[in-house]
Amino acid sequence: MSAPIQLQPGETFILNVGPQHPATHGVLRVKMEMDGEYIVKAETVLGYVHRMHEKMGENRTYAQYLPNLSRLDYLGALGYTHGHVLVIERAAGIEVPERAEYIRAITVELNRLASHLFWFGCYVMDLGGFSPLMYALEDREYILDMLEAVTGARLTYCYYRFGGLYNDVDDDFIEAAKRFIPRMRKSLKKYAALVTGNIIFQKRLEGMGPISAEMCRKYGATGAVARGSGINFDVRKNEPYSVYPEFDFDIPVYHEGDSMARYKVRMDEMEQSLRIIEQGLAKLPGGPIMAEKKPKNIKLPVGDFYQAVETARGSFGIRIVSDGDKNAYRLKLRSPTYSNMHLFDEACEGMMIMDALAFMGSLDLVIPEIDR
Amino acid sequence: MILETTREALQSLFAESAPAVEVEAGAPRGNGVITRDYNAHGYHLDALVDAEQLLAAVQIIDQAGFFIESITGVDWIKENQLEVIYDFSRYDFDVCRVVIRIRVPRDLPVVPTITSIYAGANWHERETHDFFGIKFAGHPHLIPLLLPEDADFHPLLKDFKA
Repeated sequence: MSAPIQLQPGETFILNVGPQHPATHGVLRVKMEMDGEYIVKAETVLGYVHRMHEKMGENRTYAQYLPNLSRLDYLGALGYTHGHVLVIERAAGIEVPERAEYIRAITVELNRLASHLFWFGCYVMDLGGFSPLMYALEDREYILDMLEAVTGARLTYCYYRFGGLYNDVDDDFIEAAKRFIPRMRKSLKKYAALVTGNIIFQKRLEGMGPISAEMCRKYGATGAVARGSGINFDVRKNEPYSVYPEFDFDIPVYHEGDSMARYKVRMDEMEQSLRIIEQGLAKLPGGPIMAEKKPKNIKLPVGDFYQAVETARGSFGIRIVSDGDKNAYRLKLRSPTYSNMHLFDEACEGMMIMDALAFMGSLDLVIPEIDR
Repeated sequence: MILETTREALQSLFAESAPAVEVEAGAPRGNGVITRDYNAHGYHLDALVDAEQLLAAVQIIDQAGFFIESITGVDWIKENQLEVIYDFSRYDFDVCRVVIRIRVPRDLPVVPTITSIYAGANWHERETHDFFGIKFAGHPHLIPLLLPEDADFHPLLKDFKA
């Protein structure tokens, strides 16, 4: 056995976090230059699950590309497929029946809840508390069962179609969703008592990983990261799409900019999603779920089209440059965690490594969505 | 409100202050600012600038409080040009999306970096360099981001053969 290396005072060493590391929840590598337990400099290395979804967008038709969108963010896939169908409908001028848009909003919000629940469980587990994950997964299981019944998939949904939906929801779904809302509200109270109020938990998050509003702007951070830094920005409110203007809901904003603020934003958002689902179920109109006038083979007019939606992780944008053909000339996916993760390198300088990992978890990363 | 002030500020970059008219889709256009129909396109202002004007244009956007959405490219192989597209948006309720475009020749694709203005442009520019081979002059760390570290190909070029 060789003797342990003695570092001189002030001498730094390189630590690789990942690409296989449980705290990164995926294959992400961060090269950290360390001074003892403190980070001097960090460099995120991406690309371990890069699949070139944008090239696939160019060589398959718009309809063939539908399943790709749910392979970006496997925890909140419906939000991404929503963006895709919306940009096609915008460019092709397809009118979507009201019922279809309501069902889209309800299912997207259910998916957002499932995503936040999974994040909540995993985040607390990252910090050393195991049992909240089990509670969160149990609640999430109800959502996955409901979505599986209508979409046919548990994670990688391909439920929306250009002009509507693949199939209608049945009474069982509506009943299950109605039963789920009070159950989930009870669970949220339980989580507040079990985790949010825990003094150890609070001490680990408060003041850790502060992100200023200006930093968010320079990096283009959105979602709970921006809202935890005092920015009142949610695409559902700021740039309304679908039937979101019909719903009465609030955007939680916290001004501290630390990991605790981002945690609180997501916990509050779950209640807001429940409100949207509740109102959506109450207002759900009858009628068709598919547009009547819809071309069988979608061809977009020549031009450049953009659509942003609020996914569980932030503002997702999709740009299609069309040359009039049946597939895109160029398709760009602007993923929210890409920008949210980008600020990690700068923000974690000077932090202790354990705090930096707690900070990384609070960004709610899904690596396949960063790498695309 | 912000739409008008931003348009005026961007327009001041161009010598002829005549407002650029919306050209037919797909037709070549000159430098200038075009106001797009938001409902049809999903953005409000569409500016085509020269490489020399880019930093000034981004400066205007930065001072007006926009955040950076993304940077990407398009390969217009028939015109022998590469296009770089910069997307900016705002955090407030006065929705205004600004798109800034640059066209560079395909055989010498160089544009100045905007990382000195928006730190978040770093990864976007590296990604665009990966996919299109566009060089961002002055970029602090222009190595592959998503592609393998020894990648010497640019998969989103239209003449790329796997």
